[in-house]
Amino acid sequence: MELLFFGYFAGIIALTAMLVVALKNPIYSALSLLIMFFHVAGLYVTLHAEFLAAVQVIVYAGAILVLYLFVVMLLNLKRDDRYHSQWRIAAFVCVPLCVEFLVLGVSGRVMTRPEQTAAPSGDGLAAAPAIGDNTLAIGETLFSTYLYPFEVASLILLVAMIGAIILAKRDIMEVSSDG
Amino acid sequence: MTMVPISYYLILSVVVFLTGVVGVLIRRNIIAILLSVELMLNATNINFVAFSEHLQDLGGQVFVFFALTVAAAEVAVGLAIIIALHRSKDTINVEEFNLLRW
Repeated sequence: MELLFFGYFAGIIALTAMLVVALKNPIYSALSLLIMFFHVAGLYVTLHAEFLAAVQVIVYAGAILVLYLFVVMLLNLKRDDRYHSQWRIAAFVCVPLCVEFLVLGVSGRVMTRPEQTAAPSGDGLAAAPAIGDNTLAIGETLFSTYLYPFEVASLILLVAMIGAIILAKRDIMEVSSDG
Repeated sequence: MTMVPISYYLILSVVVFLTGVVGVLIRRNIIAILLSVELMLNATNINFVAFSEHLQDLGGQVFVFFALTVAAAEVAVGLAIIIALHRSKDTINVEEFNLLRW
């Protein structure tokens, strides 16, 4: 039964990922990416990561994609995009890589669940909490063990905000000469 | 209840990641290149969450949290750069930006 859910989500994710690359119109690519984001969130729910699924929908589908669509409509792009002139080299590099990874994944038997009875949980990493609530568990580890990276992440967001505003605004000299 | 073996998640992650790599290499539209970079980031996030569930370690999900943050910051700055580029040259075809080519 879980295999059915995984098969559905994985199939749609792979299909929409290829559509993002293949479609010529950038708006269609962005919309296909939106469908992929929702199905990745669904996959997170099947992996018992419900908080991450919600954050994925809010941040990726709700903020990042909206930003992309704003910029595409702002720049008013035409759909005269052809593939790069060196696309044959790119395909020549990537097709053997894909085949190799598929062969490794299918042939090499990664350890299955009953084998890992001695799970490596207490090596200084956050051990699996016995609580059923994923949000509570993530909150407890995020604000205790990973507090320093959390503060650094807020600094990254501040820098990105400042940088985006400075890069996208018009030249200050230009503005003052108009007014 | 059968568990989905982790190799399935890894193969899915690899397929999406390689699709993103191919997208970065062959598309000429800068917006499409950035969308392919988002594909790659999502593929690694799937990988992290799958391992976090498999090894019962919450560190994987916390890392996805931070990767999401960095992806959002990168998208903001990247799109601002695209707007600045479009303002100066009125095209977003990457082959037109060739001043630094040998």
